Amino acid sequence: MQPGSVYAIKEGKDATETHTLSVLVDNEPGVLARVIGLFSGRGYNIESLTVSETEHEKHRSRITVVTTGSPQVIEQIKAQLERMVPVHRVMDLTVTGKAIERELLLIKVRGAGELRSEALRLAEAFRARVIDATTESFVFELTGKTDKLDQFILLMQPLGLVEVSRTGVAAITRGPDAT
Amino acid sequence: MARQMTGAEMVVQALIDQGVEHLFGYPGGAVLPIYDELFQQDKVQHILVRQEGGAGHAAEGYARSTGKVGVALVTSGPGATNMVTPLTDALMDSIPMVCITGQVATHLIGSDAFQEADTVGITRPCTKHNWLVKDVNDLGRVLHEAFYVARSGRPGPVVVDIPKDVQFATGTYQGPARVEHKTYHPQVEGDPAKIKAAVELIAGAKKPIFYTGGGVINSGPEAAALLREFVRLTGIPITSTLMGLGAYPASDKQWLGMLGMHGTYEANNAMHDCDVMIAIGARFDDRITGRLDAFSPGSKKIQVDIDPSSVNKNVRVDLGIIGDVAHVLSEMLAVWKAAGHKLDQAALKNWWGEIDRWRTRKSLAYRQTSETIMPQYAIERLYEKTKALEKATGRQTFITTEVGQHQMWAAQHFHFDEPNRWMTSGGLGTMGYGLPAAIGAQTAHRDALVIDIAGDASILMNIQEMSTAIQHELPVKVFILNNQYMGMVRQWQQLLHGNRLSHSYTDALPDFVKLAEAYGAIGMRCEKASELDDAIDAMIAAKGPVLFDCRVANLANCFPMIPSGKAHNEMLLPEDATDEAIANAIDKAGAALV
Repeated sequence: MQPGSVYAIKEGKDATETHTLSVLVDNEPGVLARVIGLFSGRGYNIESLTVSETEHEKHRSRITVVTTGSPQVIEQIKAQLERMVPVHRVMDLTVTGKAIERELLLIKVRGAGELRSEALRLAEAFRARVIDATTESFVFELTGKTDKLDQFILLMQPLGLVEVSRTGVAAITRGPDAT
Repeated sequence: MARQMTGAEMVVQALIDQGVEHLFGYPGGAVLPIYDELFQQDKVQHILVRQEGGAGHAAEGYARSTGKVGVALVTSGPGATNMVTPLTDALMDSIPMVCITGQVATHLIGSDAFQEADTVGITRPCTKHNWLVKDVNDLGRVLHEAFYVARSGRPGPVVVDIPKDVQFATGTYQGPARVEHKTYHPQVEGDPAKIKAAVELIAGAKKPIFYTGGGVINSGPEAAALLREFVRLTGIPITSTLMGLGAYPASDKQWLGMLGMHGTYEANNAMHDCDVMIAIGARFDDRITGRLDAFSPGSKKIQVDIDPSSVNKNVRVDLGIIGDVAHVLSEMLAVWKAAGHKLDQAALKNWWGEIDRWRTRKSLAYRQTSETIMPQYAIERLYEKTKALEKATGRQTFITTEVGQHQMWAAQHFHFDEPNRWMTSGGLGTMGYGLPAAIGAQTAHRDALVIDIAGDASILMNIQEMSTAIQHELPVKVFILNNQYMGMVRQWQQLLHGNRLSHSYTDALPDFVKLAEAYGAIGMRCEKASELDDAIDAMIAAKGPVLFDCRVANLANCFPMIPSGKAHNEMLLPEDATDEAIANAIDKAGAALV
């Protein structure tokens, strides 16, 4: 059964995949709303979304979006993105492979005594930096792949985790050429 | 050709530069500067509608009947929000339309000013693209870009939102010469390797079928001509979606009639049993496919579409060719001829034998036995009369419809031999589309016979546009199949909800004859089958707009039908549609579907 149709009596049972898409867009007003609206309007998932202007003179921005869906849905997402008027190109970094993905995490941990020193030890093991400290708290900065960040957050939970802020995934292909 | 002018002047100049002759609109505070410019020129004719939605549907009818971009002009706030339905309708049916909306002055945006609405925000999901123009120096470029985007690739509606201060401001106007768009370049030429593979697949087919859609009409008259040549050359049967009617002549022997939920038995069975399906400009809509896991299970599928997102969306195809229909068909024909292909004639003969057997079921049959007019009979007589008229005088007929049973009966019983003569709201199913669309078509074709085949419920959704027809001397004919019900709603209530007819009976219909007269139009009524022909003749002969109240059998239902959740070969035929069959046609799972 195909999802997304009124005739889909059974829900799609196709295995879902996670894909990282890099979308090069004209940095015009509303372009992010257009992309997000496409995802919400058509019922696609957004796991992570990162957007920033990358080429100022050309007015271009790069939107990196991590999404999940069946292979057919992923194909639809790419086709739907590609036909939007301000979209230059859509690259599926999961298909092209060899892409590097990084995310930045800021995490606040509050505690004293043994818990506090354990948090610091783990931060060192993860190569997280202390960017703010009080006598009862730390703010750590950590860059890495999504699963590394997830793991660090998990470890901080029993040690007095207060709050988390993450940037979402930025991604780029390896090698000398532009994607 | 950079010239200094005000934003309002730019709008009118851009319309002239784009060759726009007619514009449908309604004035209001935030577009007054543009209306002031319109007043001072005579190149662009403005058709004043009675509600902004009417302007949108009129622009759609105009676009659909001419192949040109339809243009609408409305004010901010409610003017823009009233356009949301026509914009969505045009997006679903791929109709090229440019809608210009006024907006409150830039410094007032976001302040909840009088008649302010976030027009670009509201219309973002229902347009192909939209723009809010904050600098008058961008206006000329944006307007020409808007026309380019609306008509290129898969056509669609666009909105240009212009704040009032930008309309007053003076700046540099950029003409249409610069056509190169920064990002939007749809692919029109198909991949030669895929075209070759498709032609070979067709050549080896034993039970092939063409399944064509609105994309053929949108691609232009050349696409229809190429389609006809290819279909006749190969001898392959052809069916079409609601939106594609007229691309292939309905009078031809290779024509199987429309397919889908209310399509013919032969078309749907041929789709189910074919071995090679050639889908051209058609998007495998749920009204076409029926139950997806049982849709044409044994066939190889070729799909030609200009929109990559239409390929593999609902149905997996074996060969998806991205490109413009006319371009791809022309290539396919060239390859076919160069290779000297010919189908296996014995197999083709067998295939036609099967189709002819399905045809003998006469799935569109109905019984006209008493003086009570059957709705199908009314359409058939209307068709015969207009055909005779065209034969005798060359006067062309354009048909628009509202949405419901009458629409399906029109699609089944009115036969189209030419493209662009049939305008209906297919994807969105917008009741109230037909009358304004007829006004749009009549504006473009002053001397043609333009008929809105309507239902008694639908027509009341935009009846105010009768006043537009009178003002602009547009002699549209509204042929109402009046059964006093929202017939299709009632039909579904009979199918799904134990015949509990919740609010589908219209208890207080107006007297349509008096209503017509109140508008200054001609009102007619016909209640007897024996009087129908003369009444239709009188309607056609009438010089002005007509509301024709055709009283038809109240409880007639629209068959054949593929009930929700069923496959193409599980159709409900008229002779099988007993009360019991209707009550049990749809199972629980199907009931949840639309």
